[in-house]
Amino acid sequence: MAMLEVNDIHTYYGNIHALKGISLTVEEGEIVTLIGANGAGKTTTLRTISGLLTPREGSISYLGKDIVGTPAHKLVYEKMAMVPEGRGVFAKLSVMENLEMGSYSRDDKDGIARDLERVFALFPRLKEREKQVAGTLSGGEQQMLATGRAMMASPRLLMLDEPSMGLAPVLVDAVFDAIVEINKEGTTILLVEQNALMALSIANRGYVLQTGQIVLHDDAAELKNNEMVQKAYLGMD
Amino acid sequence: MQERIKQIDFLGLILWVFRTAIIVAMLWGTIATVMDNPYSAKAWTDTIVAGIAQGSLYALIAIGYTLVYGVLFMINFAHGEFFMSGIMTATIFIAQPMSASGYLDRHPIIGLLIIAVVTMLVSIGIAILTERVAYRPLRGAPRLVPLITAIGASFFWQYFFQGLYGSEVKPFPQTDILTGKINIGGVEILKTQVIVIIVTVLMLIGLYFFVVKTKTGKSIRAAAENKDVARLMGIDVDRAITLTFTMGAAMAGIAGVLYALVFRQIHFFMGFFPGIKAFTAAVLGGIGSIPGAALGGLFLGIFESVGPGLFLEGLGVPSPHQLKDVIAFTMLVLVLIFRPQGILGEALAEEKA
Repeated sequence: MAMLEVNDIHTYYGNIHALKGISLTVEEGEIVTLIGANGAGKTTTLRTISGLLTPREGSISYLGKDIVGTPAHKLVYEKMAMVPEGRGVFAKLSVMENLEMGSYSRDDKDGIARDLERVFALFPRLKEREKQVAGTLSGGEQQMLATGRAMMASPRLLMLDEPSMGLAPVLVDAVFDAIVEINKEGTTILLVEQNALMALSIANRGYVLQTGQIVLHDDAAELKNNEMVQKAYLGMD
Repeated sequence: MQERIKQIDFLGLILWVFRTAIIVAMLWGTIATVMDNPYSAKAWTDTIVAGIAQGSLYALIAIGYTLVYGVLFMINFAHGEFFMSGIMTATIFIAQPMSASGYLDRHPIIGLLIIAVVTMLVSIGIAILTERVAYRPLRGAPRLVPLITAIGASFFWQYFFQGLYGSEVKPFPQTDILTGKINIGGVEILKTQVIVIIVTVLMLIGLYFFVVKTKTGKSIRAAAENKDVARLMGIDVDRAITLTFTMGAAMAGIAGVLYALVFRQIHFFMGFFPGIKAFTAAVLGGIGSIPGAALGGLFLGIFESVGPGLFLEGLGVPSPHQLKDVIAFTMLVLVLIFRPQGILGEALAEEKA
């Protein structure tokens, strides 16, 4: 059984029909990416899975449980974490306090300490800026913090929403290296990206979204060679 | 284009004249008062101490406004009623019977502690009920809606408690240990004022420790900053909001007990003016900031107490002490002209709501 099974979900913002029947699966250990243009529904899909939005129709099963209607703050206890769009660090809290909030759902002190070491090993910059207020970090550092903070929940499924947004190319590489590293350590990844080339180069499989629907689904390597994807998302002619 | 520049200059000019006029009036009044020297040094010390005590009460109540604003960006105008409801209930059901039976005289400390606990519990209960019934269903509504609801809730509780306990003024019993003065470093201070200041400082330190150091406190700050991301951390935002109201109401409850010790008069309308003043203090200090609320309260209390004698006496204003509210709100206007975000507030450019 797949770790995450999304089955024909329809999500609305008021009267706006944002997701028109999205279905996707994520297997344990995979990196799966959702690519698509602005407004295609990528972020809405992640927000619906994470429980911030409730779909009007359809089902979502995570680790064998139906999670539609489960509020976001309870899903964290089921080891699902998300790095929101625009990073969403708590700007007035220090780096350390942000990481502490990441482990809010946990009580195992030893495990938390271990994960903190892991985060600092992956992002040494965060260790240097431990006491600094998060709002004063650079965009790249904030992305590291948001990712590290999500890791502090020791998630089995980690969802990332546009981790490359607004970052210099060298930082994008660093962030994607970190994502691969996190995946190697056993965390399943669901990645939403506009930078399709980057996303497909690390993913196992990919889904292409267009106006609230999935129009393509294939292995990442196949998608990279797909003519339509190349034209629309990879900027090739 | 040219016209616009002229307009801005005109507005700026008016503001400038206004500021200068107030400052000149204040300075003139102060100099005239000092030259005239109508009060003794002891009278000044008494006024300042009374101001600090009054300011402490404002600070405790202001915390509630600032906490709720920090999390919900809403001015909870019913907060003065949280302050009133607790001490009113405790006076009638605990303090007066205790006094009548003589228990309060035999065990004044335990008695006052029981009164304080009951007051806090009632204030907290009223606050949680108000949040649950009146505010929570309106979360996500335009900001004017909860504001008007809060004003409605304020009236509701006033008339509810008037109906419940009657509209006459109720005396709060006197205790012997808190009667009279105490000599601190050569200055005679009323014991009740000492208690007010000490308890306020302890409460503020406790609150600061809770909000800054504990995991729950941090989760409240996180929820104040970004509710959706807080949810993604596993923080139950509704619980964090309830907790915020609880903390504010606990502070208001304690302020109610202290108010009762100082003024010994309880009635259903007693929450209105302290509530408005504390709100002013919160804005003065920079709404949303906890140290700001404490500082704003203290500042307002001292100014209100010292101001009439210092600024107005010298200007020949008759019976200046009746104008302390004028001084208080002039301070508010002044601070907002010079520093719109309040003393410790952040720049308003930041995205809110």
